[in-house]
Amino acid sequence: MLFCRRPVAAKYVTNNYQILHLNPMNPSPLVEIESVDFAYGKRAILKGISLKVPKGKVVAIMGGSGCGKTTLLRLIGGQLLASKGKVMVNGEDVGKLDREAMYAMRRKMGMLFQFGALFTDMTVFDNVAFQLREHANLPEDMIRDLVLMKLNAVGLRGTASLFPAELSGGMARRVALARAVALDPMLIMYDEPFAGLDPISLAVVGQTIRRLNDALGATSIVVTHDVVESLQIVDYLYFVSGGRIVGHGTPDEIRQSEEPFIRQFVHAELDGPTPFHYPAVAYAKDLGLASKASK
Amino acid sequence: MIAAVRNLGHRGIDAVWRGGAVARFFWLVMLASGTCFRRRSLIIREIYFVGVMSLVIIMVSGLFVGMVLGLQGFETLQKYGAQETMGVLVALSLVRELGPVVAALLFASRAGSAITAEIGLMKATEQLKAMDMMAIDPIARVVAPRFWAGVISLPLLAALFSAMGIFGGYVVAVILIDIDPGVFWSNMQAAVDFRYDILNGFVKSFVFGIAVSIIATFEGFDADPTAEGVSRATTRTVVTAALTVLLLDLILTAFMLRGVH
Repeated sequence: MLFCRRPVAAKYVTNNYQILHLNPMNPSPLVEIESVDFAYGKRAILKGISLKVPKGKVVAIMGGSGCGKTTLLRLIGGQLLASKGKVMVNGEDVGKLDREAMYAMRRKMGMLFQFGALFTDMTVFDNVAFQLREHANLPEDMIRDLVLMKLNAVGLRGTASLFPAELSGGMARRVALARAVALDPMLIMYDEPFAGLDPISLAVVGQTIRRLNDALGATSIVVTHDVVESLQIVDYLYFVSGGRIVGHGTPDEIRQSEEPFIRQFVHAELDGPTPFHYPAVAYAKDLGLASKASK
Repeated sequence: MIAAVRNLGHRGIDAVWRGGAVARFFWLVMLASGTCFRRRSLIIREIYFVGVMSLVIIMVSGLFVGMVLGLQGFETLQKYGAQETMGVLVALSLVRELGPVVAALLFASRAGSAITAEIGLMKATEQLKAMDMMAIDPIARVVAPRFWAGVISLPLLAALFSAMGIFGGYVVAVILIDIDPGVFWSNMQAAVDFRYDILNGFVKSFVFGIAVSIIATFEGFDADPTAEGVSRATTRTVVTAALTVLLLDLILTAFMLRGVH
């Protein structure tokens, strides 16, 4: 049992990870976002968003491209600051932390970036060992053992001496996952972990996310737009559109939801609250047909 | 007309803003330098990449510049029957001016552009963000070691450039033109002053090292995280560093010559 640092949270049906009685209010939330606004310049991205991520759960934040999902992760990690509202992590207001306190908090977090963000000048081993060498005053032989354990957990112990350029996209993502959990974080954030993966790699990454979360007793936030995989591995889902939460629920509730946006998103419908066409003038007018007809 | 004035104003504001940003960045690098001096292996690794890997271009260029100086110097000096002072001409030209300036220009092209591209690509591939999320300050871990490696390497490279140039001058003067080697070296030794020539040359290359390194690291750190952004940043590093080195050379030379009198 490589990751049994803390007792594994109960209440899961283990075969497909469906949760029986999830209430986002209980157990106590590790991450709490309260009425948060955020804008890049004059372009509002988040408008009064509120959500809670309970301890020990895997929560997905879903929505179309550019809806502010990654921005939410950056707000939780303190890389961006909300213009209004509060982001609380483990009882601390992220916006009020000074640099030292912020770094202390980030040591308890792991983040998987969209394309892995592995250090290209280091081997896989050194990538995973990076945080251990920087933060933990451990002898090199102990670091070696820990790194091999993390790599084994993602099935890539055999790649320790390879460089990131020698890995496939899915393997790079799994190495990044091993690196993200190197310090056994309390919170793991995943930014589009399934993007661009083949079905096998996608399933492997998905199952690894779930397994690591349970084994570490951690809490995970998965930002993604992959509905099928998310519904299989997460405990709870939030849907973001137009800078607002437009729906949330357990995977079963989401599957049965009649809420138009969720329905369109989950069933991949072409048209709906998110229109197929970007706003434009009338098609006929654009083609000059309207004026000809009037003549 | 109004558009041209507005454009000029924008460029002026942008230049001032960038100047302020560089100053702030320099201050952050200074604050973060303690960490990288405690872990000297980080700086030594970067000295290898920016210094050792620049040796070939610096040494070969120094040799050729010294040989050209020898040929051009002989052409002029022989008109006045002063070809014995060729060693002095070559040494003073190199130690005072050409060594620090040309080495800095070559360093900006070879190592400065590489530093910018490396940091820029790290930014584009989110490696800097990843480091920051791991509670590791990218300025302390990535920027400061490269900055100090540049500051340490450039004076040494400039000294090597001058040494190779003098050797090139010696080859032309003594071996090709047949000037007496004793005259070549003794005139040089008598004319070159340690304080006003060698030390001033060292001070110049040290200042150029700071300028080129901070420009290279800043441009990489400030690059737009795209392929085009990194390419632009690399170009900006070479152009800005070259102009800054030449401007600083003018200022430093003015101060140093005033010091002589």
